[in-house]
Amino acid sequence: MKFDADGAYRLHPKVAIRPEPFGALAYHYDNRRLNFLRAPELVALIESLSDHDSVRQAFRAAGIESHRWPAFETALASLAESEVLVPS
Amino acid sequence: MKSGLDAPICLTWELTYACNLQCVHCLSSSGQRDPRELSTVEAEAVIDEMARMQVFYVNIGGGEPTIRPDFWHLVDYAVDRGVGVKFSTNGSRIDAEVARRLSESDYVDVQISIDGADAETNDSIRGEGSFETATTAMGNLREAGFGDFKISVVMTRHNIAQLDEFAALAERYGAQLRLTRFRPAGRGAETWHELHPSNDQQVELYHWLLDRPEVLTGDSFFHLSALGEPLPGLNLCGAGRVVCLVDPIGDVYACPFVLHPDFRAGNVRDSGGFASIWRQSDLFTEMRQPQSAGACATCGQFDACQGGCMAAKFFTGIALDGPDPECVNGFGEDLVVVNSAGPAGGPDHSRPTPVRLGGRR
Ligand code: SF4
Ligand code: SF4
Repeated sequence: MKFDADGAYRLHPKVAIRPEPFGALAYHYDNRRLNFLRAPELVALIESLSDHDSVRQAFRAAGIESHRWPAFETALASLAESEVLVPS
Repeated sequence: MKSGLDAPICLTWELTYACNLQCVHCLSSSGQRDPRELSTVEAEAVIDEMARMQVFYVNIGGGEPTIRPDFWHLVDYAVDRGVGVKFSTNGSRIDAEVARRLSESDYVDVQISIDGADAETNDSIRGEGSFETATTAMGNLREAGFGDFKISVVMTRHNIAQLDEFAALAERYGAQLRLTRFRPAGRGAETWHELHPSNDQQVELYHWLLDRPEVLTGDSFFHLSALGEPLPGLNLCGAGRVVCLVDPIGDVYACPFVLHPDFRAGNVRDSGGFASIWRQSDLFTEMRQPQSAGACATCGQFDACQGGCMAAKFFTGIALDGPDPECVNGFGEDLVVVNSAGPAGGPDHSRPTPVRLGGRR
Protein backbone atom coordinates (compact mmCIF):
# COMPACT_ATOMS: atom_id res chain seq x y z
CA MET A 1 0.00 0.00 0.00
CA LYS A 2 1.31 3.44 -0.90
CA PHE A 3 2.17 5.77 1.93
CA ASP A 4 -0.32 8.62 2.23
CA ALA A 5 0.70 11.68 4.23
CA ASP A 6 -2.96 12.67 4.49
CA GLY A 7 -3.80 9.35 6.09
CA ALA A 8 -3.61 8.34 9.74
CA TYR A 9 -0.89 5.95 10.91
CA ARG A 10 0.23 4.37 14.11
CA LEU A 11 3.10 2.25 15.38
CA HIS A 12 2.64 -1.46 14.72
CA PRO A 13 1.74 -3.12 18.04
CA LYS A 14 4.63 -5.61 17.67
CA VAL A 15 7.27 -2.92 17.30
CA ALA A 16 9.51 -1.78 20.15
CA ILE A 17 11.41 1.50 20.02
CA ARG A 18 14.55 2.25 22.02
CA PRO A 19 16.21 5.68 22.12
CA GLU A 20 19.88 5.75 21.12
CA PRO A 21 22.45 8.54 20.84
CA PHE A 22 21.87 8.84 17.07
CA GLY A 23 18.06 8.72 17.29
CA ALA A 24 16.44 5.37 17.95
CA LEU A 25 16.21 1.72 17.01
CA ALA A 26 12.92 0.08 16.15
CA TYR A 27 12.60 -3.69 16.31
CA HIS A 28 9.74 -5.55 14.71
CA TYR A 29 8.85 -8.81 16.45
CA ASP A 30 6.87 -10.11 13.48
CA ASN A 31 9.38 -9.82 10.67
CA ARG A 32 12.31 -9.57 13.12
CA ARG A 33 13.81 -6.62 11.34
CA LEU A 34 15.68 -3.79 12.92
CA ASN A 35 15.19 -0.24 11.67
CA PHE A 36 17.37 2.77 12.36
CA LEU A 37 15.66 6.07 13.06
CA ARG A 38 18.36 8.62 12.49
CA ALA A 39 16.73 11.76 13.84
CA PRO A 40 15.70 12.42 17.43
CA GLU A 41 12.52 14.24 16.32
CA LEU A 42 11.43 11.19 14.38
CA VAL A 43 10.89 9.18 17.55
CA ALA A 44 8.61 11.75 19.20
CA LEU A 45 6.81 12.22 15.91
CA ILE A 46 6.14 8.51 15.50
CA GLU A 47 4.87 8.25 19.03
CA SER A 48 2.49 11.15 18.40
CA LEU A 49 1.10 9.78 15.12
CA SER A 50 -1.79 7.94 16.71
CA ASP A 51 -3.05 11.20 18.25
CA HIS A 52 -3.66 12.75 14.84
CA ASP A 53 -5.97 12.16 11.89
CA SER A 54 -3.18 12.58 9.38
CA VAL A 55 0.57 12.52 9.16
CA ARG A 56 0.67 16.15 8.07
CA GLN A 57 -1.36 17.16 11.07
CA ALA A 58 1.20 15.42 13.27
CA PHE A 59 3.99 17.35 11.48
CA ARG A 60 2.22 20.61 12.19
CA ALA A 61 1.59 19.73 15.83
CA ALA A 62 5.22 18.75 16.30
CA GLY A 63 6.29 22.11 14.88
CA ILE A 64 8.32 20.60 12.04
CA GLU A 65 9.09 23.31 9.47
CA SER A 66 7.36 22.70 6.16
CA HIS A 67 10.57 22.54 4.13
CA ARG A 68 11.55 19.44 6.08
CA TRP A 69 8.28 17.64 5.47
CA PRO A 70 9.39 15.82 2.32
CA ALA A 71 12.38 14.33 4.14
CA PHE A 72 10.17 13.18 7.01
CA GLU A 73 7.61 11.79 4.59
CA THR A 74 10.31 9.72 2.90
CA ALA A 75 11.48 8.39 6.25
CA LEU A 76 7.94 7.53 7.36
CA ALA A 77 7.14 5.95 3.99
CA SER A 78 10.07 3.58 4.37
CA LEU A 79 8.92 2.72 7.89
CA ALA A 80 5.44 2.01 6.53
CA GLU A 81 7.05 -0.14 3.88
CA SER A 82 8.69 -2.30 6.55
CA GLU A 83 5.43 -2.30 8.54
CA VAL A 84 6.83 -0.40 11.49
CA LEU A 85 3.94 1.99 10.82
CA VAL A 86 0.51 0.79 9.86
CA PRO A 87 -2.56 2.72 8.71
CA SER A 88 -5.02 3.28 11.53
CA MET B 1 27.28 2.88 15.26
CA LYS B 2 30.96 2.30 15.84
CA SER B 3 30.90 4.37 18.99
CA GLY B 4 28.45 2.07 20.70
CA LEU B 5 24.79 1.85 21.66
CA ASP B 6 22.90 2.16 24.94
CA ALA B 7 22.17 -1.56 24.73
CA PRO B 8 23.48 -4.32 22.49
CA ILE B 9 21.53 -5.30 19.38
CA CYS B 10 22.91 -8.79 19.27
CA LEU B 11 23.20 -10.14 22.79
CA THR B 12 24.04 -13.80 23.10
CA TRP B 13 23.62 -15.61 26.37
CA GLU B 14 25.08 -19.04 26.72
CA LEU B 15 22.97 -20.45 29.50
CA THR B 16 24.98 -23.58 30.15
CA TYR B 17 28.08 -25.35 28.95
CA ALA B 18 26.28 -28.67 29.38
CA CYS B 19 25.53 -30.42 26.12
CA ASN B 20 24.43 -33.84 24.96
CA LEU B 21 26.47 -33.46 21.76
CA GLN B 22 30.17 -32.86 21.31
CA CYS B 23 30.52 -31.05 17.97
CA VAL B 24 34.04 -30.83 16.68
CA HIS B 25 33.80 -27.10 15.95
CA CYS B 26 31.97 -26.01 19.11
CA LEU B 27 32.83 -22.36 19.63
CA SER B 28 32.41 -22.61 23.40
CA SER B 29 34.09 -26.00 23.88
CA SER B 30 30.92 -27.19 25.56
CA GLY B 31 30.20 -30.54 27.13
CA GLN B 32 30.00 -30.32 30.90
CA ARG B 33 28.11 -27.99 33.13
CA ASP B 34 30.21 -25.42 34.98
CA PRO B 35 29.53 -25.62 38.74
CA ARG B 36 29.63 -21.82 38.92
CA GLU B 37 26.70 -21.49 36.52
CA LEU B 38 24.26 -18.63 37.29
CA SER B 39 21.37 -19.75 39.49
CA THR B 40 17.76 -19.24 38.47
CA VAL B 41 17.49 -16.15 40.66
CA GLU B 42 20.69 -14.70 39.21
CA ALA B 43 19.52 -15.45 35.69
CA GLU B 44 16.22 -13.70 36.41
CA ALA B 45 18.14 -10.67 37.64
CA VAL B 46 20.06 -10.58 34.36
CA ILE B 47 16.76 -10.66 32.46
CA ASP B 48 15.35 -7.86 34.64
CA GLU B 49 18.34 -5.79 33.71
CA MET B 50 17.95 -6.54 30.00
CA ALA B 51 14.33 -5.45 30.28
CA ARG B 52 15.35 -2.16 31.90
CA MET B 53 17.88 -1.59 29.11
CA GLN B 54 15.14 -2.34 26.57
CA VAL B 55 17.10 -5.13 24.94
CA PHE B 56 14.80 -6.24 22.11
CA TYR B 57 15.70 -9.89 22.22
CA VAL B 58 18.34 -12.21 23.56
CA ASN B 59 19.94 -15.07 21.63
CA ILE B 60 20.09 -17.98 23.99
CA GLY B 61 22.58 -20.71 23.26
CA GLY B 62 25.07 -22.91 25.04
CA GLY B 63 25.88 -25.72 25.31
CA GLU B 64 22.42 -27.08 24.80
CA PRO B 65 20.31 -24.50 26.64
CA THR B 66 17.22 -26.70 26.95
CA ILE B 67 19.19 -28.98 29.26
CA ARG B 68 18.89 -26.43 32.06
CA PRO B 69 15.89 -27.50 34.14
CA ASP B 70 14.73 -23.87 34.40
CA PHE B 71 15.11 -23.18 30.66
CA TRP B 72 11.40 -22.87 29.85
CA HIS B 73 10.83 -20.82 32.94
CA LEU B 74 13.55 -18.36 31.92
CA VAL B 75 12.12 -18.10 28.40
CA ASP B 76 8.69 -17.22 29.83
CA TYR B 77 10.26 -14.87 32.33
CA ALA B 78 12.01 -12.94 29.55
CA VAL B 79 9.01 -12.79 27.24
CA ASP B 80 6.77 -11.61 30.09
CA ARG B 81 9.13 -8.71 30.59
CA GLY B 82 9.22 -7.70 26.94
CA VAL B 83 12.53 -9.32 26.06
CA GLY B 84 12.11 -11.56 23.01
CA VAL B 85 13.97 -14.88 22.91
CA LYS B 86 15.69 -16.63 20.05
CA PHE B 87 17.27 -19.85 21.09
CA SER B 88 19.60 -22.27 19.38
CA THR B 89 19.19 -25.95 19.95
CA ASN B 90 20.26 -29.26 18.53
CA GLY B 91 16.58 -30.19 18.60
CA SER B 92 16.78 -33.03 21.09
CA ARG B 93 14.09 -31.55 23.34
CA ILE B 94 11.72 -30.21 20.69
CA ASP B 95 9.05 -32.88 20.80
CA ALA B 96 5.50 -32.38 19.50
CA GLU B 97 4.25 -30.88 22.75
CA VAL B 98 7.13 -28.40 23.11
CA ALA B 99 6.75 -27.42 19.44
CA ARG B 100 3.09 -26.72 20.00
CA ARG B 101 3.80 -24.53 23.02
CA LEU B 102 6.52 -22.65 21.19
CA SER B 103 4.28 -21.91 18.25
CA GLU B 104 1.89 -20.07 20.56
CA SER B 105 4.31 -17.26 21.34
CA ASP B 106 5.08 -14.43 18.94
CA TYR B 107 8.14 -13.52 20.94
CA VAL B 108 10.05 -16.78 20.78
CA ASP B 109 12.08 -17.88 17.81
CA VAL B 110 13.85 -21.21 17.43
CA GLN B 111 17.02 -22.01 15.60
CA ILE B 112 17.89 -25.63 14.88
CA SER B 113 21.56 -26.21 14.18
CA ILE B 114 22.79 -28.63 11.55
CA ASP B 115 26.11 -28.87 9.73
CA GLY B 116 25.26 -30.95 6.71
CA ALA B 117 22.25 -31.37 4.45
CA ASP B 118 22.34 -35.13 4.93
CA ALA B 119 23.03 -37.41 7.87
CA GLU B 120 26.48 -38.41 6.71
CA THR B 121 27.87 -34.89 6.33
CA ASN B 122 26.12 -33.62 9.43
CA ASP B 123 26.87 -36.50 11.77
CA SER B 124 30.58 -36.50 10.97
CA ILE B 125 30.71 -33.12 12.70
CA ARG B 126 27.89 -33.24 15.21
CA GLY B 127 27.83 -36.92 16.12
CA GLU B 128 25.85 -39.94 15.08
CA GLY B 129 22.09 -39.62 15.11
CA SER B 130 22.19 -35.82 15.39
CA PHE B 131 20.79 -35.23 11.89
CA GLU B 132 17.78 -37.34 12.65
CA THR B 133 17.30 -35.57 15.97
CA ALA B 134 17.39 -32.20 14.22
CA THR B 135 15.04 -33.14 11.39
CA THR B 136 12.59 -34.73 13.81
CA ALA B 137 12.48 -31.42 15.69
CA MET B 138 11.99 -29.55 12.40
CA GLY B 139 9.11 -31.83 11.53
CA ASN B 140 7.54 -31.19 14.92
CA LEU B 141 7.81 -27.43 14.44
CA ARG B 142 6.32 -27.66 10.98
CA GLU B 143 3.43 -29.81 12.25
CA ALA B 144 2.80 -27.33 15.04
CA GLY B 145 2.58 -24.51 12.50
CA PHE B 146 5.48 -22.63 14.08
CA GLY B 147 6.07 -20.56 10.94
CA ASP B 148 9.50 -19.57 9.86
CA PHE B 149 11.83 -21.04 12.44
CA LYS B 150 15.50 -20.97 11.50
CA ILE B 151 17.74 -23.72 10.27
CA SER B 152 21.22 -22.62 11.18
CA VAL B 153 24.35 -23.89 9.45
CA VAL B 154 27.99 -23.07 10.06
CA MET B 155 29.69 -23.05 6.65
CA THR B 156 32.63 -25.41 6.31
CA ARG B 157 34.70 -26.99 3.59
CA HIS B 158 32.42 -30.03 3.72
CA ASN B 159 29.06 -28.38 3.31
CA ILE B 160 29.49 -25.43 0.96
CA ALA B 161 28.78 -27.81 -1.92
CA GLN B 162 25.37 -28.41 -0.33
CA LEU B 163 24.09 -24.82 -0.39
CA ASP B 164 21.17 -25.62 -2.69
CA GLU B 165 20.27 -28.66 -0.62
CA PHE B 166 20.15 -26.56 2.53
CA ALA B 167 17.83 -24.12 0.80
CA ALA B 168 15.61 -27.02 -0.29
CA LEU B 169 15.60 -28.45 3.22
CA ALA B 170 14.53 -25.11 4.68
CA GLU B 171 11.75 -24.85 2.13
CA ARG B 172 10.54 -28.35 2.89
CA TYR B 173 10.12 -27.46 6.56
CA GLY B 174 8.77 -23.96 6.00
CA ALA B 175 11.87 -22.61 7.71
CA GLN B 176 14.27 -19.79 7.00
CA LEU B 177 17.87 -20.65 6.24
CA ARG B 178 20.59 -19.01 8.29
CA LEU B 179 24.22 -19.48 7.30
CA THR B 180 27.06 -18.29 9.47
CA ARG B 181 30.76 -18.18 9.29
CA PHE B 182 32.97 -20.86 10.84
CA ARG B 183 35.39 -19.23 13.24
CA PRO B 184 38.44 -20.68 14.92
CA ALA B 185 37.06 -20.30 18.44
CA GLY B 186 36.78 -22.97 21.12
CA ARG B 187 37.19 -26.45 19.64
CA GLY B 188 36.92 -24.72 16.25
CA ALA B 189 40.51 -23.56 16.70
CA GLU B 190 41.73 -27.15 16.63
CA THR B 191 39.67 -28.05 13.59
CA TRP B 192 40.13 -24.77 11.70
CA HIS B 193 42.58 -26.09 9.13
CA GLU B 194 40.42 -29.07 8.28
CA LEU B 195 37.12 -27.25 8.21
CA HIS B 196 37.46 -23.68 7.02
CA PRO B 197 36.35 -23.10 3.41
CA SER B 198 38.85 -22.70 0.59
CA ASN B 199 39.04 -19.39 -1.23
CA ASP B 200 37.19 -20.83 -4.23
CA GLN B 201 34.44 -21.97 -1.92
CA GLN B 202 34.26 -18.52 -0.37
CA VAL B 203 33.77 -17.00 -3.83
CA GLU B 204 31.04 -19.54 -4.55
CA LEU B 205 29.33 -18.74 -1.26
CA TYR B 206 29.55 -15.00 -1.90
CA HIS B 207 27.75 -15.24 -5.24
CA TRP B 208 25.20 -17.65 -3.85
CA LEU B 209 24.40 -15.22 -1.03
CA LEU B 210 24.22 -12.19 -3.34
CA ASP B 211 21.56 -14.01 -5.35
CA ARG B 212 19.58 -14.84 -2.21
CA PRO B 213 19.15 -11.80 0.00
CA GLU B 214 16.43 -13.68 1.92
CA VAL B 215 19.00 -16.05 3.42
CA LEU B 216 20.01 -14.84 6.89
CA THR B 217 23.69 -14.59 7.76
CA GLY B 218 23.89 -12.61 10.99
CA ASP B 219 26.04 -10.33 8.82
CA SER B 220 28.83 -12.77 9.44
CA PHE B 221 30.38 -12.87 5.96
CA PHE B 222 31.20 -9.21 5.57
CA HIS B 223 34.84 -10.04 4.83
CA LEU B 224 33.49 -11.40 1.52
CA SER B 225 32.18 -7.97 0.59
CA ALA B 226 35.74 -7.27 -0.54
CA LEU B 227 34.90 -9.41 -3.58
CA GLY B 228 32.65 -6.72 -5.06
CA GLU B 229 29.12 -5.61 -4.36
CA PRO B 230 28.67 -5.58 -0.57
CA LEU B 231 26.48 -8.23 1.03
CA PRO B 232 23.39 -6.83 2.76
CA GLY B 233 23.72 -5.94 6.43
CA LEU B 234 25.93 -4.11 8.86
CA ASN B 235 29.32 -4.57 7.33
CA LEU B 236 31.51 -4.25 10.37
CA CYS B 237 32.80 -6.19 13.32
CA GLY B 238 30.30 -5.40 16.03
CA ALA B 239 32.28 -6.87 18.93
CA GLY B 240 31.71 -4.74 22.03
CA ARG B 241 29.82 -2.16 19.95
CA VAL B 242 26.59 -3.87 18.93
CA VAL B 243 27.43 -7.45 19.90
CA CYS B 244 28.33 -9.11 23.16
CA LEU B 245 28.12 -12.38 25.01
CA VAL B 246 27.19 -13.44 28.53
CA ASP B 247 28.54 -16.87 29.38
CA PRO B 248 27.01 -19.43 31.78
CA ILE B 249 28.92 -18.12 34.79
CA GLY B 250 28.02 -14.51 33.99
CA ASP B 251 31.26 -13.40 32.37
CA VAL B 252 30.68 -10.80 29.67
CA TYR B 253 32.78 -11.00 26.51
CA ALA B 254 32.98 -8.74 23.47
CA CYS B 255 31.49 -11.36 21.18
CA PRO B 256 30.50 -15.06 21.26
CA PHE B 257 33.65 -16.02 19.42
CA VAL B 258 36.25 -14.49 21.71
CA LEU B 259 35.92 -16.46 24.92
CA HIS B 260 39.35 -15.46 26.11
CA PRO B 261 40.48 -13.38 29.10
CA ASP B 262 41.72 -10.61 26.75
CA PHE B 263 38.12 -9.95 25.68
CA ARG B 264 36.39 -10.34 29.01
CA ALA B 265 34.81 -7.07 30.11
CA GLY B 266 33.42 -8.10 33.51
CA ASN B 267 30.87 -10.31 35.22
CA VAL B 268 27.16 -9.70 35.69
CA ARG B 269 27.62 -10.53 39.37
CA ASP B 270 29.86 -7.43 39.75
CA SER B 271 28.27 -4.33 41.24
CA GLY B 272 26.62 -2.32 38.49
CA GLY B 273 25.77 -5.53 36.67
CA PHE B 274 25.47 -5.96 32.95
CA ALA B 275 24.43 -2.39 32.14
CA SER B 276 27.54 -0.84 33.57
CA ILE B 277 29.76 -3.39 31.84
CA TRP B 278 28.10 -2.63 28.53
CA ARG B 279 28.17 1.13 28.97
CA GLN B 280 31.36 1.74 30.93
CA SER B 281 33.78 -1.16 31.01
CA ASP B 282 37.33 -0.27 30.01
CA LEU B 283 37.43 -2.97 27.36
CA PHE B 284 34.24 -1.92 25.58
CA THR B 285 35.11 1.77 25.83
CA GLU B 286 38.40 1.04 24.17
CA MET B 287 36.85 -1.11 21.46
CA ARG B 288 34.53 1.76 20.54
CA GLN B 289 37.42 4.11 19.79
CA PRO B 290 38.32 4.49 16.13
CA GLN B 291 40.54 1.55 15.19
CA SER B 292 43.53 1.72 12.88
CA ALA B 293 43.35 -0.09 9.57
CA GLY B 294 46.86 -1.43 10.17
CA ALA B 295 48.13 -3.76 7.51
CA CYS B 296 44.86 -3.41 5.59
CA ALA B 297 45.23 0.37 5.21
CA THR B 298 46.60 0.10 1.70
CA CYS B 299 43.94 -2.36 0.56
CA GLY B 300 41.38 -0.88 -1.81
CA GLN B 301 38.64 -3.01 -0.26
CA PHE B 302 39.05 -1.91 3.33
CA ASP B 303 35.81 0.08 3.34
CA ALA B 304 33.86 -3.04 2.41
CA CYS B 305 35.72 -5.59 4.49
CA GLN B 306 37.08 -3.60 7.45
CA GLY B 307 39.87 -6.11 7.86
CA GLY B 308 37.42 -8.89 8.70
CA CYS B 309 36.76 -10.76 11.93
CA MET B 310 38.71 -9.96 15.07
CA ALA B 311 38.10 -13.41 16.55
CA ALA B 312 39.33 -15.17 13.42
CA LYS B 313 42.52 -13.15 13.53
CA PHE B 314 43.07 -13.57 17.25
CA PHE B 315 42.75 -17.34 17.33
CA THR B 316 44.90 -17.84 14.27
CA GLY B 317 47.64 -15.66 15.71
CA ILE B 318 47.26 -12.70 13.35
CA ALA B 319 47.60 -9.16 14.72
CA LEU B 320 44.23 -7.54 15.37
CA ASP B 321 44.97 -4.82 12.84
CA GLY B 322 46.15 -7.37 10.30
CA PRO B 323 44.12 -9.01 7.54
CA ASP B 324 41.51 -11.70 8.15
CA PRO B 325 42.90 -15.27 7.88
CA GLU B 326 40.37 -15.77 5.08
CA CYS B 327 41.12 -12.42 3.39
CA VAL B 328 39.77 -12.86 -0.13
CA ASN B 329 43.00 -11.42 -1.51
CA GLY B 330 44.97 -14.13 0.22
CA PHE B 331 46.88 -11.68 2.43
CA GLY B 332 45.95 -13.55 5.59
CA GLU B 333 46.86 -17.16 4.82
CA ASP B 334 50.62 -16.79 5.20
CA LEU B 335 50.22 -15.01 8.48
CA VAL B 336 48.33 -17.80 10.21
CA VAL B 337 50.79 -18.90 12.85
CA VAL B 338 48.66 -21.13 15.01
CA ASN B 339 48.13 -24.59 13.70
CA SER B 340 46.18 -26.22 16.45
CA ALA B 341 44.64 -24.49 19.41
CA GLY B 342 44.60 -20.72 19.57
CA PRO B 343 46.12 -18.72 22.40
CA ALA B 344 45.63 -20.67 25.60
CA GLY B 345 43.38 -19.49 28.37
CA GLY B 346 39.85 -19.84 27.06
CA PRO B 347 37.43 -21.94 29.05
CA ASP B 348 37.26 -25.56 27.97
CA HIS B 349 34.28 -27.60 29.07
CA SER B 350 34.75 -30.45 26.66
CA ARG B 351 34.09 -33.82 28.14
CA PRO B 352 37.24 -35.89 28.67
CA THR B 353 36.10 -38.48 26.14
CA PRO B 354 33.71 -37.60 23.36
CA VAL B 355 30.27 -38.95 24.11
CA ARG B 356 28.19 -39.83 21.10
CA LEU B 357 24.50 -39.29 21.08
CA GLY B 358 22.93 -42.70 21.21
CA GLY B 359 19.17 -42.93 20.95
CA ARG B 360 16.89 -39.97 20.75
CA ARG B 361 15.53 -38.46 23.89
S1 SF4 C 1 43.64 -6.88 2.94
FE1 SF4 C 1 42.38 -6.53 4.74
S2 SF4 C 1 40.75 -5.13 4.06
FE2 SF4 C 1 41.70 -6.00 2.23
S3 SF4 C 1 40.43 -7.72 1.70
FE3 SF4 C 1 42.11 -8.52 2.96
S4 SF4 C 1 41.33 -8.48 5.06
FE4 SF4 C 1 39.97 -7.20 3.82
S1 SF4 D 1 35.02 -10.69 16.30
FE1 SF4 D 1 34.26 -11.72 14.48
S2 SF4 D 1 32.51 -12.87 15.20
FE2 SF4 D 1 32.95 -11.35 16.75
S3 SF4 D 1 31.67 -9.58 16.25
FE3 SF4 D 1 33.65 -9.28 15.26
S4 SF4 D 1 33.39 -10.09 13.20
FE4 SF4 D 1 31.74 -10.90 14.45
